[in-house]
Amino acid sequence: MKTFTLLPVRSLLEGGRESAKPGSILKAGGVDLLDRMKEGLETPDRVVSIAHVPGHDGIEVGPPARIGALATLARLDSHAELRRVYPALADAAGGAATPQIRNMATLGGNLAQRPRCWYFRQAEFDCTKKGGAQCFALNGENRFHAIFDTDVCCCIHPSATAVALLAYAARVDTVGTRGKRSISIEDFFVAPREDPTRENQLAAGEVIEAVVLPAPAPGSRSVYKKLKEKESFDWPLVETAVSVSVSRGTIQDARVVLGSVSPVPRRARGAEKILAGARPSAELIARAAEAAVAGATPLSQNAHKVRLARVMVERALREILA
Amino acid sequence: MKRLLDVLREDCALTGTKEGCGEGECGACTVLIDGQAVNSCLVPFAQVAGSSVTTIEGLTGAEALQSAFIREGGAQCGICTPGMILAAVALPKDADLQDIRRGLAGNICRCTGYEGIYRSLRAAAIPARAAD
Repeated sequence: MKTFTLLPVRSLLEGGRESAKPGSILKAGGVDLLDRMKEGLETPDRVVSIAHVPGHDGIEVGPPARIGALATLARLDSHAELRRVYPALADAAGGAATPQIRNMATLGGNLAQRPRCWYFRQAEFDCTKKGGAQCFALNGENRFHAIFDTDVCCCIHPSATAVALLAYAARVDTVGTRGKRSISIEDFFVAPREDPTRENQLAAGEVIEAVVLPAPAPGSRSVYKKLKEKESFDWPLVETAVSVSVSRGTIQDARVVLGSVSPVPRRARGAEKILAGARPSAELIARAAEAAVAGATPLSQNAHKVRLARVMVERALREILA
Repeated sequence: MKRLLDVLREDCALTGTKEGCGEGECGACTVLIDGQAVNSCLVPFAQVAGSSVTTIEGLTGAEALQSAFIREGGAQCGICTPGMILAAVALPKDADLQDIRRGLAGNICRCTGYEGIYRSLRAAAIPARAAD
């Protein structure tokens, strides 16, 4: 690996400013970045570390909840009050990676990490995500790849917490050289059709400061579910986070999110429409799950993921509407 | 760039910390930084300035667990053992089998098939069982 200077900074704004300079890159937990540097995908002269910036690892459950970008996944998993109010987020964080990695990995880093597509992760493949002309997975090894929005780059977004945060209609607060802004988690991610070389709209010099989750509606329930090949420490084949509020036996509002099925986390709006205003029943749940995967465009090796996604949505809905 | 793992093994001659995969998957390089288990292969050395780093050589208070690994066949070739023990000390004393499996999810062993390791942890946590 190329030698670099590690520059610890004292504030997120300083981190933004320093990382915007040529040859510099920002690091929090550094789990994903170090891997990319070892693969030669990133060759910075300076690594600007915000890992020890004080005051940004707090978890205030509120609600509304405000979680500092430097809170580790381990803390999200073990925070009893967060788990009580926002169980899908705690489960998404606690189900990711390993205890060792959850002790280092931050919420901000989890949202901003790069995809794990094996073509993207090898410097030899000049794929669309690296600015190249083709997506090698489209006609290559693609059993773990996307089943939606596969036309430009068929990688899947790697953030589990993003799936839960989408179900909670969270916002991402940022700080940077151009000031502060608050971005809806839905607008935070950038689809390949818009720009395949990035996954989110963070500008140069802009750093995630916190994630804010609105208060859950009265009578709402939520769940995160992940299906994987191994019992522990595995990336999801598909994952889902669902949040519904029920009043007097009728579903008032539903947010159904699918992860590991598309280049950015995906709201299943067709399923949400079927659920809103309806009374829960087995037939309704089956219809909503079917709608969640309508329009899928699976690749040569991953048609099974369509069925897996449908089943996961069905299981999640059954659990919270039982 | 030196990783914490390289400095521990090559500069400090503390070879109890092992390198397996070198990319945060196998847990052989687990150490405690300020009391928390992390993969030392993913930590640039400069980042631990001002932190407390504990390797298997410096671990104290885990003698019962270490003895249980010997007695219960928790170690075979031994490469994964230091990492297993450092990950295990973070587990609560009353951890059940599911907690143990989850707590050791980041530590891979290719010899014992894990049963001896789980047995060691449970034996160390429950004295009555250790006497069986």
